[in-house]
Amino acid sequence: MTSFVRNQWYVAAFGREVGRELFARTVCGEPILLWRTESGAVTAMSDRCVHRRFPLSQEPSRIVGDQVVCGYHGFTYGADGVCVSVPGQKRVPRTARLTSYPVVEQDSFVWVWIGERELADEKLVPRAPWLDHPGYTTVSGMEPLAARYDLLVDNLLDLSHETYLHGGYIGTPEVAETPITTEVDEAAGVVRVSRRMDDAACPPFYANSTGIEGRITRWQDIEYHAPCLYLLHSRVAPVGSRPPEPDGTDPDGFHMEVVYAITPETEHSTHDFWAVARDFAPDDQAVTDFVHDNNRTVVLQDVVALDVLEKAISAERDGYQELSINIDTGGLAARRILKRLAEEGARATAGSTSAGAEARGSA
Amino acid sequence: MTAHDPAALPGGVFRVHWVPGADRLLGVCYCGAEQEFEDPVDLWNWLLGHPEAPEPAERQRLARA
Ligand code: FES
Ligand SMILES: [Fe+2]
Ligand SMILES: [Zn+2]
Repeated sequence: MTSFVRNQWYVAAFGREVGRELFARTVCGEPILLWRTESGAVTAMSDRCVHRRFPLSQEPSRIVGDQVVCGYHGFTYGADGVCVSVPGQKRVPRTARLTSYPVVEQDSFVWVWIGERELADEKLVPRAPWLDHPGYTTVSGMEPLAARYDLLVDNLLDLSHETYLHGGYIGTPEVAETPITTEVDEAAGVVRVSRRMDDAACPPFYANSTGIEGRITRWQDIEYHAPCLYLLHSRVAPVGSRPPEPDGTDPDGFHMEVVYAITPETEHSTHDFWAVARDFAPDDQAVTDFVHDNNRTVVLQDVVALDVLEKAISAERDGYQELSINIDTGGLAARRILKRLAEEGARATAGSTSAGAEARGSA
Repeated sequence: MTAHDPAALPGGVFRVHWVPGADRLLGVCYCGAEQEFEDPVDLWNWLLGHPEAPEPAERQRLARA
């Protein structure tokens, strides 16, 4: 068994990546084919033809209407993954069907359920409503990470690294110096880490996007919905300005909703989806371009560091030593929750009868 | 250990404060139990084992017995 947390929703793509072309992405080690039917609905199924395992995302495989035709010998599948015709004979083998994946398209993401179909509950997909909300302007992207996903979880739950790894972009001394409050909601599988800086330097990322010139109050409120969705509610405001009203209105605050979807690709690689939604200067294209380019630079600083870290720890013996201090409180909580979810997910799969359905048939 | 106050946090929620001006962490369980730690690993061992698991002091007493 792998270390993937099964029986969970994962972001497989941005909605804009999936259209009337065959699109492939590996999630938790499973190669998945994504495409839109003529009605516009996203459908997801195994990217391996049941006949000889040809990747259906590979040319000359193609979409014809609401069917996919394998480019190798012509097995043809409907949008539900069921094979509807095979070459040279009328009878289609009863077991000729691709594993299909439950899909939810929401908040600009395409989510797929990795695990037992019958356990998929659409209500459990965590929300990031800012990403396609008319009151926000959003930039986003996806960077391939050659590192196990746990390293990105660790990275995002401890933002003290901004001071060192992202100095001159989003990091200032106050981030690493300011104590955090951490909260775990066991039942919901959510970790919250809050860092409230009362009087901090304004790093270039915020100075250039908001136009604030002096020092700022800076709030970083993290909400990690294990395993896949990470939200950073970021608020900056000039020092001395009014705090948010009790009803949530906040005329003096500049808000950025920083969202990551952390999707394991393989045991040692991850899809690093990122997005930043802001509620100020909505139509200022220069700000949009700046936020996009600067945030992507920051994401790539993490990618470079984590790629190196993956190489280093892959070369270590199992059970290597780490040392944790106060800043790691949130990351340690996330690890605990992921471990529990992985165990629960594996139990649910072991208890299901549908395991092994893809066993290879004889010739 | 402090008295249990079920109104402190919603059920199933644990909170960890960084003690102001100190390097210590204060773990608070939704059942109202609190304890300070110097190491976040020890803290989560205690907090997430709570309330089913015995207190560290109780565990040590049992180990000695
Ligand atoms: S491998 Fe797809 S039809 Fe043969
Ligand atoms: Fe970072
Ligand atoms: Zn308790």
